[in-house]
Amino acid sequence: MTPNKRTISIQVVNHTGVLTRVAGLFSRRGFNIDSIAVGRTEDPDISRMTIVVEADQATGEQLSKQLNKLVDTIKVSDVTDDATVARELSMIKVSADSSNRSEILQIVSIFRAKIIDVSERAVIIEVTGDESKVTALIELLRPYGIKELVRTGKVVMVRSGN
Amino acid sequence: MRTITGAQAVVESLIAEGVEVIFGYPGGAVLPLYDVLYSSPLRHILTRHEQGAVHAADGYARATGKVGVCIATSGPGATNLVTGLANAYMDSIPLVAFTGQVALDAIGRDSFQEADITGITLPITKHNWLVKDVRDLPRIIKQAFHLASTGRPGPVLIDLPKDVQLAPFEFSYPEDVDIPSYKPNYHGHPRQIAQVVEALFEAEKPVFYLGGGVITSGAAQQVKEIAESLQIPVTMTMMGLGSFPGSHNLSLGMLGMHGTAAANLAISGCDLLIAVGARFDDRVTGKLSTFAPNAKIIHIDIDPAEISKNLPSHIPVVGDVKLVLSEVLAGLEEQKDKLEGTRQQRRLWVEQVVAWREQYPLTFEEGCEIKPQKVIQLIYELVGQRAVIATEVGQNQMWTAQFYTFEKPRTMVSSGGLGTMGFGLPAAIGAQVGRPDAVVIDIAGDGSIQMNSQEMSTAKSENIPVKVVILNNGYLGMVRQWQEFFNDCRYSCVDLQGAAPDFVKLAEAYGWLGRRVCDPGELKEALQELIEHPGPAMLDVVVDRGENVLPMVPPGGSLDKMILTEKEEGAR
Repeated sequence: MTPNKRTISIQVVNHTGVLTRVAGLFSRRGFNIDSIAVGRTEDPDISRMTIVVEADQATGEQLSKQLNKLVDTIKVSDVTDDATVARELSMIKVSADSSNRSEILQIVSIFRAKIIDVSERAVIIEVTGDESKVTALIELLRPYGIKELVRTGKVVMVRSGN
Repeated sequence: MRTITGAQAVVESLIAEGVEVIFGYPGGAVLPLYDVLYSSPLRHILTRHEQGAVHAADGYARATGKVGVCIATSGPGATNLVTGLANAYMDSIPLVAFTGQVALDAIGRDSFQEADITGITLPITKHNWLVKDVRDLPRIIKQAFHLASTGRPGPVLIDLPKDVQLAPFEFSYPEDVDIPSYKPNYHGHPRQIAQVVEALFEAEKPVFYLGGGVITSGAAQQVKEIAESLQIPVTMTMMGLGSFPGSHNLSLGMLGMHGTAAANLAISGCDLLIAVGARFDDRVTGKLSTFAPNAKIIHIDIDPAEISKNLPSHIPVVGDVKLVLSEVLAGLEEQKDKLEGTRQQRRLWVEQVVAWREQYPLTFEEGCEIKPQKVIQLIYELVGQRAVIATEVGQNQMWTAQFYTFEKPRTMVSSGGLGTMGFGLPAAIGAQVGRPDAVVIDIAGDGSIQMNSQEMSTAKSENIPVKVVILNNGYLGMVRQWQEFFNDCRYSCVDLQGAAPDFVKLAEAYGWLGRRVCDPGELKEALQELIEHPGPAMLDVVVDRGENVLPMVPPGGSLDKMILTEKEEGAR
């Protein structure tokens, strides 16, 4: 994690409009969202958002306080400096034909990624990992021609105890 | 359990909340609600513009401490509330706004008078709701009043689709409110409070910096006790005026851009700054890096997000100002043997700030024309303690803050954070409704008063005896002043004189008493007549056009670098 990025994990009440409230707060207070991932938790009434934001520690603190003020926010944790496991998923559509498909396959297997679709002129690769792994794979595949790329953004979980 | 409609439930809930008066404006999407209001005991005041309704509810809340309530229809009615909600949000004023909305199945289809008002007001309300199921309505209204009035107060909005207003359901109003994700912290942390007590004893040159939170929390008494028992000079923000008696020997008046020299010098020279219910606004601090540069900063506020937002504090205390200061007082009491010694030690510091106050008093030069500052001083002389003073925004507001001696909380009703021109008249109407025994005067400029002058009709029809004093300089005076100081006297788009309305005739057109005064010799008698008039009255005071608000800290400048006099400005 670069020092000017903070990872904030937020539990929110699963209401309509809650994503707008959170995202709106970022824009009106002038914070830049790097990535945002949202989904339900073990409790269907509660969603968790994992937000990576460009901010130093003081700004992250102010941001957490502002997020806490939203009535739909149950808990805000800045987990940047905590022991966490972090994953993101990416799908990458790469130009590939019979001449280089096996080369690409090798890279994919080194990264423990998966080919999830193959056509005559392209493959779709699914990769899961932390941000640096996903980025490294993307960079290796770039010379082959990336036709399309989607990333979920990071989700994190704090490790339990020692 | 009784079966009633959503609209009936709104009115019953308002009564259950102890609401006595609402300000509003009807329209298609709130017809069901207005039909219920027709035969309800609630007093409804019909304003002449929705902006008037929300400002009136705001003025009512400021003058009484109760929650203000307003109603508007969907679409344009709702969007006309926006400025008023933003205004209340900036100043942390408790409001509950109800808006009509098109029927549920018409939402999202660009229906007639449809506007996404919950979306629009997201960043300017503490919370808002679009009610989709009438059975949620009682809980939402209960939560709305709770959120508006507790913690750091603020406006909330409830959007009511027309079919929800008409839907029958089994109504019962909840007694309790439980919002698990909303638990304001009222009691300051004991360790922090102990540190505050220690710092109060240790400091040699402490200064209070009081904001609107002192008034909201009702902590004026606690502040006074601490200030007196430890001899701490007091400065106030504009929102904080009235939280400490302006005539008190320890009062240095307002600080900041148009604050007194004594207040700003005290801030610049202090070694302990005690910020209470204040938020280090740029109009107060000027350049942040030189604000209270030598001071340890105590910051007491109920909103944790205010702590270190603009300026890092050394001893933050999150909690209700009144409760925290009561704890601080208890802490002082435990060491009361040290009080006398501390008071003695402070004598030099208090002498110093009093000397500054005497050396740099707020002043103006009398001339053959009426001086606006003189008008304010005379109003204070004539009504003093029995008045609630509203202002518009601009020079009129700053002269009022400087030259009117506010002695008690909730006697000044003025738009602070947002700086909303046109706020004063409707807010004065609301304040007068809440404080029928007070003399309520809106001190206005000839620019601001034209922004909501339609509310003169509201005052007339509801027999609300507000007074308006226009400091008429034929200019958008504050903008003109900035252009004089910072734009080489290029007076761009600020001259109102050419096509100014005849305010006497305007007053008379609305059935008000109207009078104009140009001669300084007639001023006092004219103000006397205005104040004694039993109904609404307007006095158009033609004042010296070129008068500036001084002292002034140029925007972004340091508080100790003030422009003190016109001569000094000329020499710059």
